[in-house]
Amino acid sequence: MTATDIRPSSDTLLTTKAPVKRSYGQYIRWLLLFLGGIAMVMPIAWMISTSLKWPHEVYNLKLIPDEPTIENYTYVLEDGRFYGWFMNSIIIAVITTVSNILFDSLVGYTLCKFKFPGRYIIFIAILSTLMIPTEMLVIPWYIMSQNFGWLDTYWGIMFPGLMTAFGTFLMKQFFETVPDDFLEAARIDGLNELQIWWSVAMPLVKPALAALAIFVFLGNWTAFIWPLIVTNSPEMYTVPVGLSGFGDEADVAWELIMTGAAISTIPTLIVFIVFQRFIIRGVVMAGLKG
Amino acid sequence: MRLRQNLTIRQKHILWAWGLLALPVIFYVVIRFYPTGNAILLSFQNWNLLGDRTWAGAENYIKLWHDDVFWKVFRNTFVYLLLGTPISLVISFLIAFHLDRVRFMHGFIRMLYFLPFMTSAVAMAWVWRWFYQPVPVGIFNNILASFGIPQINFLNSTTNALPAVLAPAVWAGLGFQVIIFMAGLRAIPQSYYEAARIDGVSGFTILTQITIPLLKPTIIFITVFSSIGFLRIFDHVFNMTTNNPGGPLNSTKPLVLMIYDTAFNGFNMGYAAAQTVVLFTVLLCVSLLQLYLLRDR
Repeated sequence: MTATDIRPSSDTLLTTKAPVKRSYGQYIRWLLLFLGGIAMVMPIAWMISTSLKWPHEVYNLKLIPDEPTIENYTYVLEDGRFYGWFMNSIIIAVITTVSNILFDSLVGYTLCKFKFPGRYIIFIAILSTLMIPTEMLVIPWYIMSQNFGWLDTYWGIMFPGLMTAFGTFLMKQFFETVPDDFLEAARIDGLNELQIWWSVAMPLVKPALAALAIFVFLGNWTAFIWPLIVTNSPEMYTVPVGLSGFGDEADVAWELIMTGAAISTIPTLIVFIVFQRFIIRGVVMAGLKG
Repeated sequence: MRLRQNLTIRQKHILWAWGLLALPVIFYVVIRFYPTGNAILLSFQNWNLLGDRTWAGAENYIKLWHDDVFWKVFRNTFVYLLLGTPISLVISFLIAFHLDRVRFMHGFIRMLYFLPFMTSAVAMAWVWRWFYQPVPVGIFNNILASFGIPQINFLNSTTNALPAVLAPAVWAGLGFQVIIFMAGLRAIPQSYYEAARIDGVSGFTILTQITIPLLKPTIIFITVFSSIGFLRIFDHVFNMTTNNPGGPLNSTKPLVLMIYDTAFNGFNMGYAAAQTVVLFTVLLCVSLLQLYLLRDR
C-alpha cells in the first residue's frame, strides 16, 4: 500500500528486454554510441575545463588544464553580481516550483475527481492555453507589469509561471490512477475535501509531483526572454539574463565567460546526476502522458 | 449555518469544486486569456508605450505584408524548423534505435546523451559561440587549421551563421528525443519481432514495416514538439549574436527576436503584437496538424 503500487510501470520502459547477440557488429555499435556520447558532453567538459584555466592557457585547447586554478571562480564571485543573480534565480525557481506543485495538482485533482457543471469547459479552457505561446503574451504582461508596478520585482518575473496548463494536465492524468474508493473512505472518516486532496491523494502521486517539480525548476532556472524583458536593474537579473550581459562585457575573456556559464550550468547538472533515473522516468512519463 | 445544513451532498460537492478552482480560474483568466485578447486587440492599434493607444485597423498587418525584413525573418524561422526538425529526428532515432540494443554501460551512455538537455540555452550559446571563434580561440577552426583546411567564418557570414546558431539548439534537444524514442521502441510488443524473425524477414523490412509504423505516434509527438521549439527559437540566436542580434544582416533573425526588437527596442507595440499574432497562427496550425495526424490512431 505505498505509492509504488499505483505508479505507472514506466520502469519497464527503461530496462532492456531485446535479446542481444554478441558479435563484432555489436562491439562496433557500442563503440560508436560511446564515442557519440563523449562527443555530446564535450561542450560541457570544455566549458568546465576552460573555467579552470589561467588566461594564458585558454588558447591551449587541452581538456585537462596544466595548472588548474579556481581563480576565475573567485574573481567572478567576488564581483558579487553573480552571487546576486544566483540567489534571484534560486528564489524565483523555488517559489514557482512550489506554486506549480500546489496549484497544478489542486486543479488537476478537482477536474479529475469532482463532477460539477462547467467541469468540461474549464478543462478545455485550461488545455487551450497550451496553444498560446509565451511570446504572444510578453507584450500584454509587460503592459500589465508597468501598470501595476511589477517591473523589476520578483513577483514581476514569476507571476506568469505560477500555474501551467502542462502541469495541470500531467497531474490530472496521474490522479486518474488514484482509486475513488480511497477518497470515499476518507470522506466517511470525516475528512473535508481539502484534507482528502492533501493527505490522501497527494502522497499517491509523489513520483508525478517530483517529475513536475524538476521540469518547472529547470524551466524557470533557464528561462530567458521574460526575465530579460521585465528586469531593468542588474540587481534583479536572473542567472541567464546576467550571463548574457556579462558575456558581452567580458568580450574576449573567454575563461571568465566559461566560468559564468559553468556557474549557471553546474547546479542543474548536479541535480541531474543525483536524480538521474528519476528524471529520465519523469521525461518518459511527461512525454507519454503530457 | 442553516443554509449549509440544508445543502444536499451533491450541492456541497459542487461548491467545493468551485471553491477549490476559484483562484486558478482567476489566474487563467487574468494571466492567460485577457492578455491573449489584449495582444490581438493591440495588433489593430498603434502605440508607443507612452501616449494613447490609437486605432489602426489592419494597418499593422498591411505593413507586415510589405516589410522585407519580416519576410526575411519569416523565411529564417522556417529554415530553422525545416533544417532542425528532420536533422534532430533522424539523429535521435538512430541513437535510440542502437542504444536500445546495447546493454553494457547502457545507463551511462544514455546519461551522456541526455546531459545537454539539462543545460541552460544561454550558457551553451556562449560556449558554442566560443567554439566558433577564429584561430587561435575557437576549437572548430583550430581543428580545421591542424588539418590544413582553410578557416570557416561561422558567425560573421550570412550563409553560415544560421546553421551555426541552429547546431547548439539541435544538440541540446537530442537527449530528450532519444529518451522518448526509446520509450516508444520499448512499447512495441516483442511478439511482433519474434513473428517476423520466424518468418525470416530481413532486419531492414522489420524496421520499415514494423518499427517505424508502430512508432508513428512517437514520431508525430517528437516532430511537433521539436517544430514548436524551433519556431520559437530565441535564446541561442540572441546570445550568439549579441553584438548585432539576429545578424549579420538579419540572416539569423527569427520571428521571436523580431518581436522582441520591435516591442522593446522600437517601442512599436501594435506592430509587434501583429507579429505575435502571426507566430500564434503558425504554432496553432502545427498543433492542429498534430491532432489531425493522430486522429485515427
